[in-house]
Amino acid sequence: MAGEEQFTVSLSVNGTTTPITVPARRLLSDALRHDLELTGTHVGCEHGVCGACTVLLDGAPVRSCLMFAIQAEGHDVTTVEGLAGADGQLHPVQEAFRDCHGLQCGFCTPGFLTTIAAALDDVAPGDSISDDEAREIVGGNLCRCTGYQNIVKAVGRAQMIRSQRAGLSADEDTIGDSE
Amino acid sequence: MKPPAFGYAAPRSVEGALSLLADLGHDGKVLAGGQSLIPLLSMRLTAPHTLVDINRIPGLDNLSIAQDGSVVVGALVRHAELLAHEAAFAALPLLRRATSNVAHPAIRNRGTTCGSVVHADPSGEMTAILAITGGTVQIAAHGVAMRSVGAADFFLGPLESCLQPGELAVSVTFGAPAARSGSAFLELARRRGDYAMCGVAVTVTLDEDDLIGEARAAYLSVGPVPEVHDLTAAVAGQPASSADWLAAGELATTLVEPEGDLHASADYRRRLVAVLTERALPQAAQDARARAEVAA
Repeated sequence: MAGEEQFTVSLSVNGTTTPITVPARRLLSDALRHDLELTGTHVGCEHGVCGACTVLLDGAPVRSCLMFAIQAEGHDVTTVEGLAGADGQLHPVQEAFRDCHGLQCGFCTPGFLTTIAAALDDVAPGDSISDDEAREIVGGNLCRCTGYQNIVKAVGRAQMIRSQRAGLSADEDTIGDSE
Repeated sequence: MKPPAFGYAAPRSVEGALSLLADLGHDGKVLAGGQSLIPLLSMRLTAPHTLVDINRIPGLDNLSIAQDGSVVVGALVRHAELLAHEAAFAALPLLRRATSNVAHPAIRNRGTTCGSVVHADPSGEMTAILAITGGTVQIAAHGVAMRSVGAADFFLGPLESCLQPGELAVSVTFGAPAARSGSAFLELARRRGDYAMCGVAVTVTLDEDDLIGEARAAYLSVGPVPEVHDLTAAVAGQPASSADWLAAGELATTLVEPEGDLHASADYRRRLVAVLTERALPQAAQDARARAEVAA
């Protein structure tokens, strides 16, 4: 639309801040995909129902289709691209989804991964997420392939992987043989 | 599914927002959590000239318990913050019982409780809670004194409140529970987190002998605005442990006038009113006894 006012927005995504020039109506989901070319965030329903576009805003899951990019300035956004380690090591929840066959077509997966990753961060060391709590966590994400059972299993598996890694990094000298 | 073009301003003070809203009049629309407004924009059901984004205004995220035990929730308090707030839960347990039913965690992280009330959706949980707690909405406008409007006058119809162009709801205040009272909240939805086909918030007040002094209920998704109904007549003076809750549920069905839609027929909603009322009231009575014991 010609003449529409443009705003320069500094978007901090996965630790990198990038200035983009967008109209106020640019959804955060579209800014991520089109302006930053981070196409890991998937756009399904575009009205907040399906959860595919879920990203983390200062560590908490939010729908990126229900926010304008201009509103994200000053906040830290984490997308699915930001979950794995800098060395390429998968995030525990990514590894768990692979182990448990928690995805089929994969369209909804980025939203599940970010949502569950944030939930894992909220769990105090030593505590665990029950299956019922896992269902509540993923209750806002739709998946048309899996029937959810393996996704719920993956939540438990992700916790296991996370605590195993925590144990290993605390006890690094002993891991050589077992690997 | 993209919003139409709009002007955008993000004032840094309430005064700045009020003066902008005053200038804009009918052309201005407040953006807080956006979890209802942005879908409406994307579906092109509304096309405001300018959005006044209040998210950058400091101080609107205050959540406090007033001297009289009422809970004051600022315009930028997210559902998730209210849900996790221990002092608010202690003061008014019904808040957490209802908020945990508001949509999903990701929506609660962004959506605001005040915004939910202002959105005036009769299927919203917090509208019913404002009504049954005798709550109020604090409304500011440029150059005039703040006014406070009770729930009964605030909700005019589905998605319609008494808020005028130029006005900003800066907080909502949920009324303190009565002494020797307890509460419960139940709703039934097709899927967890979806809009309820029917929901009920109830309060039960006991007298000194644990007999029922008062029983009230507010329903969601059964009328154009949240209504509070007095069900005391069915159970007055009965022991809290063995009251005729079935009769209270049946009484409730005579007081509501639900409409049918794609998700549930009017008759089915009426049936849900009876069943949910019958289930919720004994929970509230038990809660009242437990709270009275703690207070004693």
